[in-house]
Amino acid sequence: MRYLPLTDADRAAMLGVIGATSIDALFADVPRELYLAGPIDGLPTHASELAVERHMAALAAKNLSAGEAPFFLGAGAYRHHIPASVDHLIQRGEFLTSYTPYQPEIAQGTLQMLFEFQTQVARLFGCAVANASMYDGSTACWEAIAMAGRVTRRSKVLLSNGLHPHYVSTARTMARFNGDAVDYAEPALTAETDFARLATAVDGETGCVVVQYPDILGRVGDMTALADACHAAGALLVAVVTEPVALGALRSPGEMGADIVVGEGQAIGVGLQYGGPYLGLFAIRDAKHVRQMPGRLCGETVDAEGKRGFVLTLSTREQHIRREKATSNICTNSGLCALAFSVHLTLLGEKGLRALAAENHRLACLAAGRLAKVGGVEVLNDAFFNEFTITVPAESRQLVRDLADKGILAGVSLGRLYPDGDRRENGIVVAVTETVTEEDIERLASALEEALA
Amino acid sequence: MPRYFTEDHEWIEVDGDTATIGITDYAQGQLGDIVFVEVPSAGTALAKGKEAAVVESVKAASDVFSPVSGTVTQGNAALEDDPALVNSAPESDGWFFKLTMADKGELAGLMDEEKYKDFVATL
Amino acid sequence: MNAPNVSGWKPGTPEAPSGPAGIETVTGNRGLMLEEPLIFEIGGADTCGVDLPEPAGETDRLGGLARSEPIGLPGLSEPETVRHYTRLSRQNYAIDCGIFPLGSCTMKHNPRLNEKIARLPGFCDLHPLQPEATVQGALGVIDELARWLLALTGMHSVAMSPKAGAHGELCGILCIRAALEARGDARSVILVPESAHGTNPATAAFAGYAVENIPATAEGRVDLAALKARLAPDVAAVMITNPNTCGLFERDMKAISDAVHAAGALVYCDGANFNAIVGRVRPGDLGIDAMHINLHKTFSTPHGGGGPGSGPVVLSEALTPFAPLPFVRKAGDSFELIEEEDGAEAAPRTFGRMAAFNGQMGMFTRALAYILSHGIDGLRQVSGDAVLGANYLLRSLDDVLDAPFGGSGPCMHEALFSDQGFAEGIATLDLAKALIDEGFHPMTMYFPLVVHGAMLVEPTECESKASLDQFILALRALAARAKAGDESLRQAPRLAPRRRLDETLAARKPVLTYEGD
Repeated sequence: MRYLPLTDADRAAMLGVIGATSIDALFADVPRELYLAGPIDGLPTHASELAVERHMAALAAKNLSAGEAPFFLGAGAYRHHIPASVDHLIQRGEFLTSYTPYQPEIAQGTLQMLFEFQTQVARLFGCAVANASMYDGSTACWEAIAMAGRVTRRSKVLLSNGLHPHYVSTARTMARFNGDAVDYAEPALTAETDFARLATAVDGETGCVVVQYPDILGRVGDMTALADACHAAGALLVAVVTEPVALGALRSPGEMGADIVVGEGQAIGVGLQYGGPYLGLFAIRDAKHVRQMPGRLCGETVDAEGKRGFVLTLSTREQHIRREKATSNICTNSGLCALAFSVHLTLLGEKGLRALAAENHRLACLAAGRLAKVGGVEVLNDAFFNEFTITVPAESRQLVRDLADKGILAGVSLGRLYPDGDRRENGIVVAVTETVTEEDIERLASALEEALA
Repeated sequence: MPRYFTEDHEWIEVDGDTATIGITDYAQGQLGDIVFVEVPSAGTALAKGKEAAVVESVKAASDVFSPVSGTVTQGNAALEDDPALVNSAPESDGWFFKLTMADKGELAGLMDEEKYKDFVATL
Repeated sequence: MNAPNVSGWKPGTPEAPSGPAGIETVTGNRGLMLEEPLIFEIGGADTCGVDLPEPAGETDRLGGLARSEPIGLPGLSEPETVRHYTRLSRQNYAIDCGIFPLGSCTMKHNPRLNEKIARLPGFCDLHPLQPEATVQGALGVIDELARWLLALTGMHSVAMSPKAGAHGELCGILCIRAALEARGDARSVILVPESAHGTNPATAAFAGYAVENIPATAEGRVDLAALKARLAPDVAAVMITNPNTCGLFERDMKAISDAVHAAGALVYCDGANFNAIVGRVRPGDLGIDAMHINLHKTFSTPHGGGGPGSGPVVLSEALTPFAPLPFVRKAGDSFELIEEEDGAEAAPRTFGRMAAFNGQMGMFTRALAYILSHGIDGLRQVSGDAVLGANYLLRSLDDVLDAPFGGSGPCMHEALFSDQGFAEGIATLDLAKALIDEGFHPMTMYFPLVVHGAMLVEPTECESKASLDQFILALRALAARAKAGDESLRQAPRLAPRRRLDETLAARKPVLTYEGD
């Protein structure tokens, strides 16, 4: 067994030093009736790399991957091209196999990377401080709601109808247990976001309002007036960004007044991976709230020789110190994914991110224009970034399955996202990134024409 | 002005109905460098033996309990910018908060300076 | 106040170096130890390492929300990027470099086959919302891994969706809460040993419970009599780590579970130390109701500098109905993903969804590749060699380091030492920093809290005897210096890329983003 360095001679020598007759003897504290005498029945024994590869490749072959078909799925996870160096750099053993940087003297690689990452996220979001990442966008979202509750000491939460239904579901689960009152209704198929409605609904009992930008239907809205209304009522505005590439083209939530900006960083550097591991982003516009932030924070300092260095800091918020009074129970962050995000964003830089965003938007406009010409198809959005909603004269969930059978991954049906909503059964959310070609758009349009004829 | 001590290493200095409360030199020595102090705001009602403030070093956070019941009149604002005062002057400028006492009888169970010194010697 | 500084750890501003400053260089580099500035200091707004079409300046449909202000993101060309991160990586210690003896972390070798498998396009290039018919292989992976975890633990079902260990703890505790509420018996208190990992009480508090401590016996195990005395109708659950954080097997675990169940409460087991017993003990046989498994510990998925993790939770029959969404179910020859719409029929009492999408698929493929590689015989050897290595360290060091529980029998996969016997003024911290100069990552320090100056050492099964012997050699020498009061330990580390860092300054005056231009 290739992962076990000890030989039988080693084991015998070690047992000699210990003064035990066998390895089984070292398990003497386990009651005999609970100690398994031999390997559990019915499970396979060890296998070579070759055998494992065959087995796993057979499972992989049963999937239709995004690269094998015209691909238009988004709704919270986006397919972007990841430059080749990213994957090589995150596989360097010193990054891949290192631990949380609790011994900073020998972890400056991780710590400096996290400091750079925090700064990149804060600037992208228009915020003062970002943390060193959380599990994913949906858990970052409910951590933001929890933080708003701590800061305002209020328990009423208003969710925009444009928030991803999985994020809504997650927030509702947490609210069920902590007593928050969550106000939410599924979206109507209108071109406008519901920010105006939220601005009138926020009152003196509201802890926070949560909006998504761009939202689940791809709509983009100006949240400045909503932010003002929140602040006037003593509430916080939480903005959720599930497609960070959008911020290469759109104004940041922080500059529009959002107090906590969270998001999903998967789109930059991380890849689709059937849903995880992903990358939770969490930032606050005003540094005064920093002690209420969950998650790890990396800060700058100096060492005993006066050299600049970095350390995890403000740790007393966290579980390993504050225990039951911690701001969160989170321990692990999404370190390797944060590295991938940071490397990709460094390769892009300001110029590259703007160019990437522009290319995404250009192709999305092209696609929206072409799909609008398909008989029966209407594009819902006036404004969008790289994702928009179309309505079709057919049951969209079945339509998406049929198109998949024909080798086209057409988008996410609203029937999948809102299984209860009969008003939405004809909608499909279509994402168009730089990985989509004009031929792909034409194939989708033709396939729709054929299916709807 | 009379000063009393608790077994939890808080000190309380009494001036009429007003008391000033902080942590002792022994406590600050145990904690190491103090990085943050959370003091109660004016108007907060405190109960004897209940949490009143939090003092943080880099790797530990400790609750500070109020030795007596009362209403906070002032938290030490200087600690916000300079938590190191708790290390350098724990029993003077590094005070945590002042309050108006609700029941001076609660002072009866506290130690005086001599008894506290003896107590610390046993630790 | 609470007893100040239960653990004995005391921070301070690092002392100025004494003795010769060492060779000075113009660049600050020292041979292969290379300094590296921040991307904000070397990158540019107009530099880019990716070839993209120039924006053509067409009219947009961004609703008037186009970003006009600069973002402030520096770019680097590809060679500069590769160099920047390569130079940073070389300032990190890692499992690939040497023994990483962190107790409770199980820093075992991260096989590269895992990385190859996870990167097959048929796994990594799948969108979580694709139609089920197009992802049967992915659902098959989740199902196969789940069946292994159930067989290894002897439990009834497994929730695969939690994103990390602490998230898994929350899942287990929320299942317990949902179960108690469903029988109309909501309770308010969870009991946690003082030696528990901080996530345990943090999770319990987050889930709405008051937390109380269970004391330990002098032998380092849960005090069963004290526990029984506390069990009452207000206790919802106990959270036990087994083997516990002192590296000892809780012999009374079955009795603990029985007592807890008799009192109408439930047992949560923290599975962080599963590496000690995998293939030899099934937690299900110990009467537990829920246990999270850290795939990044026992099952070799990489730690990645702090994450990501994955924390599937095995559940008893009593808790299975309350498991979160989504989950994978076999339906004839194919697999289904049960989400909210199917929940009413398939999982009417689920407590709900814990996170978007379908779980840490990238960690599932890695863990399954690892499990298949070892097989059941290999996994049994894993726990055997892990426990053997820890006992070898314990007995090779217990004449020079105090092992508070060394007299009561073998340890499990980790050995616990204290700072008893160190000279006045020398702390565990100093010995640990001196280990860095010897070329090792220190062991876990100041945890568990119940031992003063604790040093918790977990070698894992992946250390050769030669590696263990070298570590023992260094520790014996350092222990002798600590007991002799060698002040130079307080200057350590002297040979690492950085000396001791001023954590006090970092906390008093936090600088969390780059402030320059």
